[in-house]
Amino acid sequence: MTVDPSCLPPLGIAIPLAGACVLLALAKFAPRVVVDTVAMTTAVVSVAAMALLVAATSSGRVVTWVGGWTPKDGSGVGIVLAADEIGAGFALLACALTACALIYTWRYFDDAEAHVHVLILLFLAGMVGFSLTADLFDLFVFLELMSATAYALTGHKIEEPRSVQGGFTFGVVTSLGAYFSLTGIGILYARTGRLGMPQIGAALDGHGLDPLVLAALVLVLTGLLVKAAIVPFHFWLADAHAVAPTPVCVLFSGVMAPLGLYGVLRVSTTVFGGVLPAASLHGTLVVLGIATAALGATLCLMQRHLKRMLAYSTIAHLGLFLIGLATLTASGVAGAVLYVFGHAGVKGALFLMVGVLLARKGSVDEFDLHCQGRDARLTKWLLPLGALALAGLPPFGTGLGKAISEESSGLTALFVLVSAATGGAVLRASLRIHFGLGPPPQDTDSDTTTGDDEKQEGRFPQRLPATMVVAITVLLTGGLLVGVVPAVADALGAGRSASWTEPGCWPRPCTAPRPRRSAASTWSGRGRASRWGLAQRPPEGRRVANWAITYPSHRGP
Amino acid sequence: MTRSARWIVFWLGAGGVGTLIVLALLRMPSFGGLVHPYRDLAVPAAVGRSSPNIVSSINFDQRALDTLGEETILLGSVVGAATLLRPSKDEQELLDRDEGRVLEATKLLGYLLLPVTLIVGADVVFHGHLTPGGGFQGGVVLATAVHLLYVAGSYRLLRRLRPKSWYQVAEAVAAGAFVVLGLVGLLLTGAFLANVFPHGVLGDLFSAGTVFFLNAAVGAEVTSGVVVLLSAFLAQALSVREVS
Amino acid sequence: MSLLPYLVAGWLLLIGCFGVVRSRGLVHTVVCVAVAQSGTYVLLLSIGFQYGASAPVQGAPGPVVDPVMQALTLTDIVVSATVTALLLALVIQIAKRTGTVDPDQLDELRG
Repeated sequence: MTVDPSCLPPLGIAIPLAGACVLLALAKFAPRVVVDTVAMTTAVVSVAAMALLVAATSSGRVVTWVGGWTPKDGSGVGIVLAADEIGAGFALLACALTACALIYTWRYFDDAEAHVHVLILLFLAGMVGFSLTADLFDLFVFLELMSATAYALTGHKIEEPRSVQGGFTFGVVTSLGAYFSLTGIGILYARTGRLGMPQIGAALDGHGLDPLVLAALVLVLTGLLVKAAIVPFHFWLADAHAVAPTPVCVLFSGVMAPLGLYGVLRVSTTVFGGVLPAASLHGTLVVLGIATAALGATLCLMQRHLKRMLAYSTIAHLGLFLIGLATLTASGVAGAVLYVFGHAGVKGALFLMVGVLLARKGSVDEFDLHCQGRDARLTKWLLPLGALALAGLPPFGTGLGKAISEESSGLTALFVLVSAATGGAVLRASLRIHFGLGPPPQDTDSDTTTGDDEKQEGRFPQRLPATMVVAITVLLTGGLLVGVVPAVADALGAGRSASWTEPGCWPRPCTAPRPRRSAASTWSGRGRASRWGLAQRPPEGRRVANWAITYPSHRGP
Repeated sequence: MTRSARWIVFWLGAGGVGTLIVLALLRMPSFGGLVHPYRDLAVPAAVGRSSPNIVSSINFDQRALDTLGEETILLGSVVGAATLLRPSKDEQELLDRDEGRVLEATKLLGYLLLPVTLIVGADVVFHGHLTPGGGFQGGVVLATAVHLLYVAGSYRLLRRLRPKSWYQVAEAVAAGAFVVLGLVGLLLTGAFLANVFPHGVLGDLFSAGTVFFLNAAVGAEVTSGVVVLLSAFLAQALSVREVS
Repeated sequence: MSLLPYLVAGWLLLIGCFGVVRSRGLVHTVVCVAVAQSGTYVLLLSIGFQYGASAPVQGAPGPVVDPVMQALTLTDIVVSATVTALLLALVIQIAKRTGTVDPDQLDELRG
């Protein structure tokens, strides 16, 4: 049986929603095992649907007009979903990470009537919708859906003051950011009378860059950069990620924050690609990326609260992803996306291992746990391995992604330093905890957040439940597979360079690709990258996508 | 971040953004102008599907996916607020014996208004495709009606006549109905949220196809959602007490 | 004159942000967030406005104002109401756990 690929994007949104509704209806009556099974089944079905979608996008973008409002005579009123490899890949990543988080939560939350499962599935629906939509207002709606469920999940541990405060800061900052985005969308509508991204882009192409378009760009990107925790909007992330329940941290760091960057890429190329000088956009984003990476890496080294350490490492990596995406070349973007995927697996596994430490030792403080982990069989070896992977150890997806991004951005030193710093911080903590490396650290700095009064999560099992081990293994293996199986990278990143050659492709190629730097220095090297088709420069395409149907010229009422 | 640092960041940001916004607004098309290209497409599209209330047609037909997302935000927020406001480990729900006194006049007015409000709410929901209104507006009116029980009667009465868990089930079923209606469209025509039911005659109660049913589903969801939401806040104010 | 509604919208957005930064109480912060969002309502509705046009219901005489902007505003209002509810729920829990709603006295998260 073949599935019409244009069914898949709406199904990606509908399946988690339907699962959430079933769960909420059953929550009062069903035993716990049913709740876990329904949630897990929903996540697995979503993974399957999005995998089919990724496969379908390899032969071209999948475009869906919701409600059957396919434009007639060149004009339309409906909402369009457009899945390309990057968007579908992000949707698949969101589903896969949700499945892992749900494995880990199997019998983990014992209160709240399955509300957490419902929230996680609604959060998933928001992330899938955000990755696939090509309508600017719809993007705002799904951004808000992601945010609203995320605040509730962040503040879920209501007994802890930190948790509710982190959720509140997160809520206020991202809400304000989203309203700036909406203002920008309104301004764009006033100018063009359209809401679809390619339609707005086509309408803007004719006019130059004036203050109105510039303001709209800045406003729309503000909301997305807040979501992606790029400097100067970074401060909420560590507060929120460090206090959320561990399985939720996996989703926040692995896919929610990178989705903000994906939104930046999508909006700035599809909507503003025609009016914006590529060089200035590139310059601005690279500067922001460098500042974010440097700040995140520095703060990461200073942490003793393990979850905050991982959160700052996420900020640093977000800066690196932004630099990769800002190249706006096929190889740079593909490298950054690979990097995001590898990072999601590795960082997810690290968060879950810290969760295991918290469940067994009752603390996530590096100083408190000194020498405490000698008997931890699982984390003793996997945590240092994860730290090395975070630093970009070759077989992992992080290594390959970092190699391709640094090669296309030309900022090798920064990439090496930042990833080494974040990996080093985690390695330092893990060696101190498991091998008692160095003298017991003195508690001198009273201005840092400690991790010793964190409430224990889960029911403190003497033996780790198999589900937790499975989740960690799956994530770490996933991070590894992204790096070693060419087909994975092919489907996620490299296939795109083929579609970039198609006229009117997406993202619209920038008008002036930067010359690429020599690539001899990396282990993946040019040979590997070009074998995967990553190294091709995007050709000049027709600027207006063939599905960017425009409205008829202005008519009076 | 310290207070002074926060102010410096704020004034720098606000100065930049403010200047940019003012410069942009100076170039906006003039207020109240004639050019609205999307409107010129949306109005005929709505009338072509027998939906005289054009806003409803946009919300539930032309841009139904936005509304699905919006309704999901509501669902998520209600579930989220209920989760955040659950009694914590050292708290319990205890009802006070003494609830104070309600004026006779308030009681009379409340019980008189209750049926009226229910009817108005149902009217706003079910005529959403014909006249201004719709599922969201009507749902809020209906949920308000339920809370007249509290204003005119007592919290105990409200709790007895408003079984919270059933409202939660109703909310889930109504939100699920929206998704199911969308999937019906997908099955019958291959397009999610397609308007597959007969469009009927312009101005009839059963017209505009799916818009009518989606309005009803959203009405039910908003009613039960707001009831669950307010019950969580009311419980925090009135009955959740710390126990040692 | 024709710019006034737009400027009001921009003013509301920025004064809401100002209030959030200046805030000495979390409930006040939440209200300021709502003020900032009401700037977007004003903006959307004034973009959709047309002099002399009537409400977008069929049967109205003459042209109608832009119904798309009204639909978007409706969505925006629902978003605002729900986000406000969530933030207030968080404020209730913050007040219970820490005994204060002054953001300057909340110092659980440092460094």
